[in-house]
Amino acid sequence: MTNPSNAQPGGATSFARIQAGMAKRRAAERRFKMLGRLAVSVGLLFLSVLLFSIVSKGYTAFWQTQMRIDVTLLADEIDPEGTRNAETLRKADYSSLIKQSMRDMFPEVSGRRDKFALYGLVSNGAAFDLRDKVMADPSLIGTKVSLWVPADDDVDMLMKGHIDRDAAEGDRRIKDNTLGWIDRLKAEDRLELRFNIDFFTKGDSRDPELAGIRGALMGTIFTLIVTLSLSFPLGVAAAVYLEEFAPKNRWTDLIEVNINNLAAVPSIVFGLLGLAVFINVFGLPRSAPLLGGLVLTLMTLPTIIIASRAALKSVPPSIRDAALGIGASPMQATLYHVIPLALPGMLTGTIIGMAQALGETAPLLMIGMVAFIADVPQGVFDPSTALPVQIYLWADSPERAYVERTSAAIMVLLAFLALMNLVAVLLRKRFERRW
Amino acid sequence: MSPQGQAMAFKFDGGAASPHATTVARDVRQTVGEVRVIDPRIRCTDINVHYGTKHAIKNISLDVGKGEVLAMIGPSGCGKSTFLRCLNRMNDTVRECRVTGEILLDGEDINGRHIDVVPLRARVAMVFQKPNPFPKSIYENVAFGPRIHGLCESRADLDVIVESSLRKANLWEEVKDRLDDVGTGLSGGQQQRLCIARAIAIEPEVILMDEPCSALDPISTAKVEQLIEELRQQFSIVIVTHSMQQAARVSQRTAYFHMGDLIEVSETDRLFIKPRHQLTEDYITGRFG
Repeated sequence: MTNPSNAQPGGATSFARIQAGMAKRRAAERRFKMLGRLAVSVGLLFLSVLLFSIVSKGYTAFWQTQMRIDVTLLADEIDPEGTRNAETLRKADYSSLIKQSMRDMFPEVSGRRDKFALYGLVSNGAAFDLRDKVMADPSLIGTKVSLWVPADDDVDMLMKGHIDRDAAEGDRRIKDNTLGWIDRLKAEDRLELRFNIDFFTKGDSRDPELAGIRGALMGTIFTLIVTLSLSFPLGVAAAVYLEEFAPKNRWTDLIEVNINNLAAVPSIVFGLLGLAVFINVFGLPRSAPLLGGLVLTLMTLPTIIIASRAALKSVPPSIRDAALGIGASPMQATLYHVIPLALPGMLTGTIIGMAQALGETAPLLMIGMVAFIADVPQGVFDPSTALPVQIYLWADSPERAYVERTSAAIMVLLAFLALMNLVAVLLRKRFERRW
Repeated sequence: MSPQGQAMAFKFDGGAASPHATTVARDVRQTVGEVRVIDPRIRCTDINVHYGTKHAIKNISLDVGKGEVLAMIGPSGCGKSTFLRCLNRMNDTVRECRVTGEILLDGEDINGRHIDVVPLRARVAMVFQKPNPFPKSIYENVAFGPRIHGLCESRADLDVIVESSLRKANLWEEVKDRLDDVGTGLSGGQQQRLCIARAIAIEPEVILMDEPCSALDPISTAKVEQLIEELRQQFSIVIVTHSMQQAARVSQRTAYFHMGDLIEVSETDRLFIKPRHQLTEDYITGRFG
């Protein structure tokens, strides 16, 4: 049968046999294709469920209930001596002015408890907004101003329909009288859902209506800058040396095995290492992006080294030969010809490493980046937190309003990831060459 | 080699049954012919190459004359490429490869302690089997060598070198209008001539060619062969080839390798017309083995 010279007599039967088997083969082919399609659709399904649940929960966080209040800026309260001194203006008690305006709006409210509930309709941040307004324009003192301030998160939740009005009074966070006030404010057009600029411009806060993503976002950016600027050059240099220059012996084999093992080490171990070495031995400031960047560098280095070595290995040896064959030194051959060809692969590896670093929470917990930090960090030495840690912190908070903020923070994280990948794709396109 | 083979060789000894006057039997692995030339460019003495435990080149001595094309032929795995790569120490890049023996380039041992391979390879440049232009512009391909060796003072110098190298490689007319195009976009034959232009741009003394036409069509092959003939005026050329016709066309001397041994070296005409070794005859008449 295998001998071609016997094809004539055996030909008919083998052809018939092949024909008989074809149906089975085609069926197997179809099954295989179907399995592949099934796998892809299951993946897509889960992805869309995930995205849908995040977006549907989180999009409301981009709107925030604001309340219009009319405040009489009593000169006696703010600046009794009339100096208009900035320090005096800063220290003035604006919250009492706001309380006064609330009392003016609802003169019938009496009793400590009810008054307290009334004051609670406005966010604590309102006093700061008022202060900023007065300090920007001291001539307002003595006049009556009307301004929009953030409402309390409970009001916000009610406006967004997250609090059930029909529940028994004891089961809801907003009591019946408060509900009446809110309805009255709404009827007077004093409550409005507005775009939540604060979410993008402010740091974390204990009051959900004031909490923003800016602090965590900046912390993540600083951390990733540190990580990238350390791990890319180190990783590429290590990969180039190991792949192109290092002698192949037991020591380099040992190093290779260890790098591969490092890539598999759980990330929290790197956090412990950072705590033990960078904080306790070197005394670096805890919670700082510099420290986070160093720890994440340790974590991403193996990934970058392995990917870069694979990229270098895939450069055809003929390119090296070509350069060496006309007298280029090994460094010239590597620098001018091998590395440019390997660069797209190295960038891919780096972006995978950076994406890992972006989503990493565990090691940051160990080095204090999980602390509550309200200020937006200004540099790599300022205490800060990172996006995934912020998500964790908000997910852990009891207030209902943090639920949507958690989802919104996840959306910001995913958008950041998509942006990073886009940059990587563009860079790769830029460096890709045929050979 | 069976005893019968040996007997046959002795039978042919008289030349009666053979069109050629073969004198040396298959089992004898001593080199026959003229390994030495007067005033050589390269003189190799007792070269041995080991890859790990494999003895790839066995005690080879061979000269490369000035202004000559030396062709090296032989079946696959006979060591001709390995030997070629000894001449500019490209074997340094191969792990576990050990070269012993003396290779004198203009009287100087290239394996010597004080010899730097970088200037050596600038004097003995290499062209490879598969065209391997850099994935950069045609201009950059040729300019790379002169630039790294500091052969040019200015961009104008470099332009002159690039043009003259491409002219010598018979490629100028085809690419002069598209020097900024990527070198890998040329046809196979043009790519190989570009690689030759790249090698001659650094003005080497010797050009080593490892089966330069094996990936080319007959027309491109003819162009490269014509080029080799022209380049002989200026450079010594050592060419490894699988095509005996090519060896006959381009070379002045031919060396036949067999399983790590240098079997025979002669004037090309003589080697193909009157081989002195039975193995050579077997190979060139196509009844190898």
